[in-house]
Amino acid sequence: MGHIPQEHYEPKTGIEKWLHTRLPAVAMAIDFLNFPTPKNLNWMWIWGVVLTVCLVIQIATGIVLAMHYTPHVDMAFASVEHIMRDVNGGWLLRYVHSNGASMFFVAVYAHIFRGLYYGSYKAPREITWIIGILIYLAMMATAFMGYVLPWGQMSFWGATVITNLFSALPLVGQPIVEWLWGGFAVDNATLNRFFSLHYLLPFVLVGLVAVHIWAFHTTGNNNPTGVDVRRKDLATVKKDTVPFHPFYTIKDTYALVVFLILFAVFVFFMPNYLGHPDNYIEANPLVTPAHIVPEWYFLPFYAILRAITFDILFISSKLGGVIAMFGSIVVLALVPWLDTSRVRSGRYRPQFKWYFWLFVANFFVLMWCGGQPAEGLVPTISLIGTIYWFGYFLVILPLLGITEKPQAEPGTIEEAFAAEHPAAKPAATPAE
Amino acid sequence: MLKMRIIPALVAASLALPGAALAAGGETHIEDVAFSFEGPFGAFDPLQLQRGFQVFNEVCAACHGLKYLSFRDLTSATGPTFPEEQVKAFAENYEVFDRELDDTRPARLSDRFPANTAAGAPDLSLMAKARAGFHGPFGLGLNQMLKGTGGPEYIYSLLTGYSGEEVEQAGTVLYENHAFPGGLISMVPPLSEGLVEYAAHAAGEGDGHGGDAGYTPPEASVEQMAKDVSAFLMWAAEPKLVERKEAGLRNILMLIVLAVLLYYTNRRIWAPLKGKDH
Repeated sequence: MGHIPQEHYEPKTGIEKWLHTRLPAVAMAIDFLNFPTPKNLNWMWIWGVVLTVCLVIQIATGIVLAMHYTPHVDMAFASVEHIMRDVNGGWLLRYVHSNGASMFFVAVYAHIFRGLYYGSYKAPREITWIIGILIYLAMMATAFMGYVLPWGQMSFWGATVITNLFSALPLVGQPIVEWLWGGFAVDNATLNRFFSLHYLLPFVLVGLVAVHIWAFHTTGNNNPTGVDVRRKDLATVKKDTVPFHPFYTIKDTYALVVFLILFAVFVFFMPNYLGHPDNYIEANPLVTPAHIVPEWYFLPFYAILRAITFDILFISSKLGGVIAMFGSIVVLALVPWLDTSRVRSGRYRPQFKWYFWLFVANFFVLMWCGGQPAEGLVPTISLIGTIYWFGYFLVILPLLGITEKPQAEPGTIEEAFAAEHPAAKPAATPAE
Repeated sequence: MLKMRIIPALVAASLALPGAALAAGGETHIEDVAFSFEGPFGAFDPLQLQRGFQVFNEVCAACHGLKYLSFRDLTSATGPTFPEEQVKAFAENYEVFDRELDDTRPARLSDRFPANTAAGAPDLSLMAKARAGFHGPFGLGLNQMLKGTGGPEYIYSLLTGYSGEEVEQAGTVLYENHAFPGGLISMVPPLSEGLVEYAAHAAGEGDGHGGDAGYTPPEASVEQMAKDVSAFLMWAAEPKLVERKEAGLRNILMLIVLAVLLYYTNRRIWAPLKGKDH
């Protein structure tokens, strides 16, 4: 499937040949498992596998939860309590699913920051990056609609606030909001469609993930040096890579299990820590909670939304906030074309590193701002954070590529790996 | 919608209660209580839950419901462990509507507690999870990680937080309370010294159902009753808490063993490449 030379599966027995000439599924699976993968990947390359497992966990628990859940405004909240109290293992399914969403975002943020630091978005991996952003957007939509389903106070008011964002658009705003709601308020029609779409989108995610993997199997994985795998012939490829199995299947499974320990700590010992107590109060359109906050993984963007507290010409502060929030994802999607440096990995970019870590810190500052009441210094800090977010993509990355003097990259992955492991024999062939 | 008023306060459950929103808010005080069900090895104390149920039944139930709880839950081995016959007899005091009979009949073990909305008081089934007692510091949420969300502590502090002051607002009497957001609550102070006479024996004692023979009930002080009913309401909100923690210990132990095995497998697989011994 890829363009990197690799050893291919050869059917040997009669039945294998019979099948292979009709449906080369075994060849596809084995070639996939043996995909030549750079041998110098570090621990930040585990997140792809972790994310895939997160998606599978969410779908598996979600399908069973859907068997017991009732998407009706009068029954949704009670049906969740039915799951918690009467369904065998229901509490486990629900806590795995609700905390699973948070774990999914922990992993996706680590994965995205990995890509930003090591320049994984740069040519020729732009399509992989764009598909990744689409995955992230679909994840956010799925998580948002999933949070509405228990029909607690935060579900209802979160849905009201977020869908109302679209009303900021001139002329088409209000019709769009009513179209989203299926009525004139967040009500039963809204809950029903959110349930339907919450069930649909994860399968769209599966499709997007397949394309994401297809794309980087065509270009090959990036690696911490950012240096390409040499593709001259099979022998050269083998100097830079190892087959994915068993080297990365085992490494990633180990990392996955460590991640699952963290996951289990939340599920079994603090299952409601990442949630909001208000969501244990049934939705009531007549009572607005004192402090409406989204889930933690949306907080940086919520902070950007609220950072625009002033009108800009004919753009109201509300519309400005909505534009800034969506714009923050747009600039993230465009980073392959905004970063002008020809050096891929941040490892060899002395100045970039500082701006990158500041970007990461800024992300957490914005996350904190998003969870605070918008008063005192919070709007000002949010605005500074928003300016840095856009400045990073629109000013720093384009200019830095021109002004920065990068350090020397290693010539090959083989060299870099040998330098890291002095005991390794040069050109070591992968052992059985 | 974006221009919501955002108040830096505890979640005001009570916004529905008349007058609460009008009261000038002060700092609320939430006492950290050491409950038996805290921590990874924590479990409910059945005797405390039995006492707490007695307080609920004799005091709170006058106005508050417990509609997500089933009567059979009271027999739970990790909960109050009331004997089945006793709960059956208790359930029969309630009338529930049966759709098949199209009529009311005495409640059975499988029925839920009937909703109680007579006084306009909130249902208490989930109260211990619907309130946060602890916040911060600096909006970081670390206190909740260390001490728990603080739902039962909030209930305890509310029940013991009355100052004795009363205020009349728009024809309604409100009571000053140091745990309640806004400081004024419409609930009459529900507990007073010795209000409940705790059962002298653990449920089921002497009738072949076990029970703690050496048990003598504590004094029914306001603090004791508040503590017991808070523990009971935590159990009512999270009846599978003990199962959850026990499953968690087994799961994490198994995952750690698996992680150790995989760690060594991974090292061994990569060793030849890295020029190391296994």
